[in-house]
Amino acid sequence: MTTLLNQYKTVKPEDVKTWFKAAKTSDFPVDGGACVLYNDLQVAVYNFNRRREWYASQNLCPHKKQMILSRGMIGSTGDEPKVACPFHKKTFSLKSGKNLNGDECDLATYPVKIENGYVYIGFAE
Amino acid sequence: MKKVIVIGNGMVGYKFCEKLHKADQNSRFSISVYGEEHLPAYDRVHLSEYFTKQSADSLLLASKEWYEEKNIELITGTMVTRIDRENKKIVTHKGTEAHYDILVLATGSVPFVPTISGTDKKGVFVYRTIEDLENIIQFGKEVKSAAVLGGGLLGLEAAKAAFDMGLETHVIEFASRLIPRQLDANGARVLQHELEKLGLTIHLNKSTREISGNGRLDALTFTDNSKLDVDMLIISCGIRPRDELAQKSGLKTGERGGVIVNDLMQTSDPHIFAIGEVALHNNMIYGLVAPGYEMADVVVKQLAGEDKKEFNGFDMSTKLKLIGVEVASFGDALAESSPHRPIIWQDALSGIYKRINISEDGSQLLGGMLVGDAGDYNQLLQITKNNLTLPPNPEDLILGKRAETDAHEGISLPDNAQVCSCEDISKGDIVEAIKAGGLEKLEQVKAVTKACTGCGACTPMVKDIMNDCHKAMGKTVKQTICEHFSYTRQELLDIIKVKKIKSYDDLLNAYGKGDGCEVCKPVIASILASTWNELIVNQDTIQDTNDRFLANIQKGGSYSVVPRIPGGEITPDKLIVIGMVAKKYELYTKITGGQRIDLFGARVDQLPDIWEELINAGFESGHAYGKALRTVKSCVGSSWCRYGLHDSVSFAIRVEERYRGLRAPHKLKSAVSGCRRECAEAQSKDFGIIATEIGWNLYVCGNGGANPQHAVLLAGDLDDETCIKYIDRFLMLYIKTAEPLNRTATWLNKLPGGIDYLKDVVINDSLGIAKQLEQEMQFMIDTYKCEWKEVVNNPSLRARFKHFVNSEETDSNLHYEVVRDQKVPAAWG
Ligand code: SRM
Ligand SMILES: Cc1cc2nc3c(=O)[nH]c(=O)nc-3n(C[C@H](O)[C@H](O)[C@H](O)COP(=O)(O)OP(=O)(O)OC[C@H]3O[C@@H](n4cnc5c(N)ncnc54)[C@H](O)[C@@H]3O)c2cc1C
Ligand code: SF4
Ligand code: FES
Repeated sequence: MTTLLNQYKTVKPEDVKTWFKAAKTSDFPVDGGACVLYNDLQVAVYNFNRRREWYASQNLCPHKKQMILSRGMIGSTGDEPKVACPFHKKTFSLKSGKNLNGDECDLATYPVKIENGYVYIGFAE
Repeated sequence: MKKVIVIGNGMVGYKFCEKLHKADQNSRFSISVYGEEHLPAYDRVHLSEYFTKQSADSLLLASKEWYEEKNIELITGTMVTRIDRENKKIVTHKGTEAHYDILVLATGSVPFVPTISGTDKKGVFVYRTIEDLENIIQFGKEVKSAAVLGGGLLGLEAAKAAFDMGLETHVIEFASRLIPRQLDANGARVLQHELEKLGLTIHLNKSTREISGNGRLDALTFTDNSKLDVDMLIISCGIRPRDELAQKSGLKTGERGGVIVNDLMQTSDPHIFAIGEVALHNNMIYGLVAPGYEMADVVVKQLAGEDKKEFNGFDMSTKLKLIGVEVASFGDALAESSPHRPIIWQDALSGIYKRINISEDGSQLLGGMLVGDAGDYNQLLQITKNNLTLPPNPEDLILGKRAETDAHEGISLPDNAQVCSCEDISKGDIVEAIKAGGLEKLEQVKAVTKACTGCGACTPMVKDIMNDCHKAMGKTVKQTICEHFSYTRQELLDIIKVKKIKSYDDLLNAYGKGDGCEVCKPVIASILASTWNELIVNQDTIQDTNDRFLANIQKGGSYSVVPRIPGGEITPDKLIVIGMVAKKYELYTKITGGQRIDLFGARVDQLPDIWEELINAGFESGHAYGKALRTVKSCVGSSWCRYGLHDSVSFAIRVEERYRGLRAPHKLKSAVSGCRRECAEAQSKDFGIIATEIGWNLYVCGNGGANPQHAVLLAGDLDDETCIKYIDRFLMLYIKTAEPLNRTATWLNKLPGGIDYLKDVVINDSLGIAKQLEQEMQFMIDTYKCEWKEVVNNPSLRARFKHFVNSEETDSNLHYEVVRDQKVPAAWG
């Protein structure tokens, strides 16, 4: 299972080599998430419509290693956008991936861009 | 930078790292910690929970990532075998070496195993590490009986664990009573009696001569030549400090073990400290975690150059957990050597024994013990430790109910009274944190002060202090739901109704701030559903995952399917359909505790297809996923049962169909029994109905679950229509006024005026709202639709049920095992 975790590494905007064309923006629920498959990776993409922002993170919750975060509720604490895992409501910053209420490790996050009505996710290879 | 090496990554070693890291603001130290066990430090105090949880994760004090983040080098699975004091080096069993400036020994202890022949036989265990427990669990599966050698605190904990594994359990004690160090003869006798009632067998005055068996133990023989046949033995005869490393390197150790330290925890080498169970201070080994933490603090304060602090011994008060009988001892419990006046209260019938030792002049509490009811423990401990002046009638302290008038004892404690002994937090620390941070919730107090995070025994006291503190500050804490809405649930419900608000976003824009969160979204989703009864999946992203996908999420991320089976009545044809569907989609099937059938292990994309087949056969959603009406259980009633007074099945079906789909602050359960034998267990339901000679008795506000509570009679001998009318009013009132996630029982407990008030509103219409409540309920009934039917027939809603947006593939991480011919999810990662 840890190997599963190790597959997910944060990609910084400046390190993007491939922009993966995931799906139409309209395929994603408003103010919620959906899961994108990229090779073997499951990436959760969040359409934070209220803030006109898009985020992407690993779909794997580090707590019990569940492929689930795309089905979590999103929201904010203070100004920080966050997602709550449906299983035990651990919350993570969408910006930094930081775990906001637990000791589990942080999430890997990925850059997202929107072009011509499509959602693109940035990967480093 | 100075190099600090900690040997031993147990509870105290870990606490030392945590404290030093926190105190070391200027990064003057680099810390490495060596642990011989493979896991990072875990909570040994709650080790026995491993039996129920069987997960080491939840016991870990901190994850490996935590050490990484704090730049603490963690080396597990590695034993330190030598200290080279001359060159300030340590050497490990792998041959690696490391230099230190400061060395901290936190090597703990091992269980003491007496020299009896046969302790090396298979089936003989000690009780100290997760590995020990794993071995005990494995071995315990194949045997029938177990004995525990040693009737002390730990021995009894081990005995209870063996007992809970279903083994015939014996406790063998050398002394003439149980827990001889904490209890007197009378107290021990009461405890013994209670344990025997539970089913444990206790043998006193027994000294074991031999453990016999051919490779694997099969019996114990005692010095009085008696014999006990037994399959497993757990030795719990005390602890021996792990001082072998210290001895080898020439540090001074005690005759009976332990590394000798002074008040600053220094060993005979000033560069080496010893803390925790390995340290021998004033000829005393402390086998508890709180003094170990205190020792860690003493060393950290020295290293960080803060005010010097000395270790001056520690109170050994304890509360025994887990054995099904409350036991506590505090202060000088036995008072064998100090002159004192004992006050003893014993209630043989209920198995309670309390003793307090009062100083001769009657002014001070020296200590005491509690068996059977340890509710007064915190209060008595505080009085003892803080030398508080006793009331004129000290017996009031232990005399049952009379002591309860002192519920606000918390506030009369001095500020320096230690409330949480695990983390050494005083009442003053807590009050200060509440005032400074404006803390309003227990969770916040825990997070800021760390109180209650150890053994948890102080939680009720911290709660009282918090409430008193709020009162003293003149603050009424409003139960607002979260940072995004400063309204209570009831206020939001009124706003939604009066302003006719139908969407979460509209409410947030007009009455909230920020972007919402996982707390307010489902609460408001529930209010909207209870008010407008619109299809909840129209606003799917504000729903909890169960409501979003209209199914309960399972371990692993699959979902369960629960069709409604009103009253638990089902035709053979429908049973066959369920069977066929389960077979086709390979679902695990189980009869639930609510008289219906749950089908587990469906992938999210299969849900609409499964429901389509069920709906075509006449089923509808069972709302097992919602905070909504669940089941109305029935007994077979007058149609078949020779005692039945009315047709309970028909009435249960009528009630279930009337309120199906009704969303509420929490789930709702009901039952109808055909006579007072009560086979449907109606008195444990949110509303329960029991047939009488001339009608129905209506009970309300009961539940099972974590805090079971019996329902209370709302009205008696009702005809069908009046019964329904009262339920309409009762349910609607609950829906409109309860706090989020409060079941009806909790709601009633908080309702000013209680059941009398409730009767007045529901029966006598004292608020003049009865008609309105009935109309509101009628609206819910008229607008009911089966959610699954809506989804199945709506292609765009159906399309949401898939794992990936960009692929038709399914989640490759769903794994199952086969147990008793059915699949079950693989264990959590
Ligand atoms: C399936 C079932 C167990 C079974 O196999 O028998 C069950 C399964 C769950 N129960 Fe239950 N409960 C089931 C009957 C009960 C009962 C017995 C009863 O209803 O007669 C109780 C005690 C009675 C009561 O509620 O008053 C019960 C008390 C709880 C509680 C504690 C409620 C409380 O007020 O303390 C929870 C937790 C909660 O709701 O917050 C809970 C929660 C759960 C959840 C939903 C936990 C979760 O969120 O995942 C479980 C869902 C499993 C799943 O994935 O489907 N379940 N649960 C039973 C379904 C009955 C049904 O047909 O709908
Ligand atoms: C079942 C059980 C229930 C308990 N209940 C309570 C309770 O209710 N209240 C309470 O206060 N206390 C309780 N205790 C006692 C409490 O757990 C101990 O007091 C506490 O764990 C002591 O901490 P420590 O760090 O000194 O020792 P430990 O937690 O034993 O840690 C020492 C660690 O050092 C490692 N080590 C030893 N030598 C070396 C070496 N040479 N190289 C590397 N590593 C080494 C060991 O493997 C071990 O992991 C309980 C203990 C048990 C077993
Ligand atoms: S008691 Fe209920 S909630 Fe707990 S494990 Fe069983 S089914 Fe799940
Ligand atoms: S699996 Fe995500 S919080 Fe537990």
